[in-house]
Amino acid sequence: MHSDHAIIIGASHAGAQLATALRQQGWGGAITLIGDEPSPPYQRPPLSKEYLAGKRDAEHLLIRPAELYAKHDIQLRTGCRVIAIDRAAREVELGSGERLGYSKLGLCTGARVRPIEVPGAGLEGVCYLRTRADVERIRQRVTPGGKAVIVGGGYIGLETAASLRQLGMQVWVLEMMGRVLARVTAPPVSDFYRRYHEQQGVNLELNCQVQAFEGGARVERVQCLDGRCFDADLVVVGIGVIPNQELASETGLEVANGVVVDACGQTSDPDIVALGDCCQQPNPYAAAPIRLESVPSAMEQARCAAATLCGHPTPNTSLPWFWSDQYDLKLQIAGLNSHYDQVVLRGDPDSASFVAWYLKQGKLLAADCINRPKEFMVAKQLIGRGGEVDAEQLADEQVAPKALLADPTQ
Amino acid sequence: MPLVRYITAEGNEYEAEVPVGNTIMQGAVDNMIDGILGECGGAGACATCHCFVDTDWSDKTGEAGDSEQEMLEAIPGADERSRLSCQIEVTAELDGVVVHLPAAQF
Ligand SMILES: Cc1cc2nc3c(=O)[nH]c(=O)nc-3n(C[C@H](O)[C@H](O)[C@H](O)COP(=O)(O)OP(=O)(O)OC[C@H]3O[C@@H](n4cnc5c(N)ncnc54)[C@H](O)[C@@H]3O)c2cc1C
Ligand code: FES
Repeated sequence: MHSDHAIIIGASHAGAQLATALRQQGWGGAITLIGDEPSPPYQRPPLSKEYLAGKRDAEHLLIRPAELYAKHDIQLRTGCRVIAIDRAAREVELGSGERLGYSKLGLCTGARVRPIEVPGAGLEGVCYLRTRADVERIRQRVTPGGKAVIVGGGYIGLETAASLRQLGMQVWVLEMMGRVLARVTAPPVSDFYRRYHEQQGVNLELNCQVQAFEGGARVERVQCLDGRCFDADLVVVGIGVIPNQELASETGLEVANGVVVDACGQTSDPDIVALGDCCQQPNPYAAAPIRLESVPSAMEQARCAAATLCGHPTPNTSLPWFWSDQYDLKLQIAGLNSHYDQVVLRGDPDSASFVAWYLKQGKLLAADCINRPKEFMVAKQLIGRGGEVDAEQLADEQVAPKALLADPTQ
Repeated sequence: MPLVRYITAEGNEYEAEVPVGNTIMQGAVDNMIDGILGECGGAGACATCHCFVDTDWSDKTGEAGDSEQEMLEAIPGADERSRLSCQIEVTAELDGVVVHLPAAQF
């Protein structure tokens, strides 16, 4: 073991923020940030948006300038993989065989793409989108007029569709369910996105399950269970992610759908925190512990986990929120909508500017705000307050967004 | 490199050299200046980069766009000096610009 050494495994949003937050909160010991990707920590959200669309360069993807880490005495080791954690010896083992001692450990290993398990999945040209390297692979196959088939109509699939469309490709999106964004939004929002993509020339195929990829040296066709078949020069699969929790489970830490942590980020070992996409944490806005895949959540968890490691356990009470950019549509989502019993619309989806409010027993759970930044800001405050809302007022455009914040009991 | 001066709600002042083309938000985050979070990385989606541009500089920083303006109007404590600092790109002309940070981001 090492007297005062924080080791962070995984150098992305969670890891980078934990390292800097530790310094900001006064951690005086050594900090080593270990990541297996070649690049210093970079932002993932633009990968399917501006970066794929060619509107942002690699340098402007970095979360912080590469020099910053050394400046704050954070040792950044890129291209370096941790293969085991030895809790008894308080050491981590690297792929090279080297062992490093820690006094505190941060697990920020994130998630990896869920592979599609059908014949032909290994054909060249069948791509995923999680890392910068993935985008480079996709880009090599982008040709104006070429045919791109996207498997999965979730946020990543739809963002990728929008970006590839803007690059002049012909695009098909194959969605297994009866609507896009089925797991995350209400039907009116799904319908809106379907229609908007169709207006942009994207072909959306619903209730469509992939059976096989076919081709010679590279993928040429996508065959679906019901007989539908699509030509493809490029396939991008976006069917979800799997948390990287094996390091944790192999060393005997409790895992479920993610590494299990308490509200302060602590795992079942008091010297180890876990945060970001790899962890499952209780959340005041969710009935049960939840694994959130979002940058704001990873950042907030990092601030709390850093305080916890510095000896001031700090619960994460932040309101989950998320965003997605497609074409000129700015979607901002406040809160978690699971188990809603009522959806109220404000504004007309045909105008591409509206809100879907999600209520449960008269309380506001969440809001999907499409080109409605003001309502998004108001929703964050309303949900945070946890108060009752008046569904009629939420729907009524004559009631100014800020007026929704007025306390109904006064 | 242009110098940006950040003054916190408690009155502490930090200076940072920010490359032309980067934003005032990025300048704060890159230099670990507390008070600006920048949760969405500059996508104009979160408003956790709210700042007050010193009135001596507001001519040079320009005006908020429509979407930014709408977010600003719903931020507690915002006023006519308010901007989302990720929407202000640093230029040579902004050398010495002063921004005030709010006590909290929402
Ligand atoms: C295309 C795309 C678009 C997205 N868009 C949005 C968006 O608009 N808004 C939003 O909020 N979120 C978005 N997300 C989700 C967001 O990017 C994630 O929530 C966030 O990246 C989580 O950060 P993390 O650090 O927990 O994990 P990750 O980003 O997954 O990083 C984990 C890192 O750890 C490394 N690692 C894993 N195991 C080891 C090991 N044993 N040794 C060394 N290194 C290891 C991994 O290689 C990886 O670099 C998007 C994600 C993707 C892929
Ligand atoms: S960083 Fe999110 S709006 Fe500026």
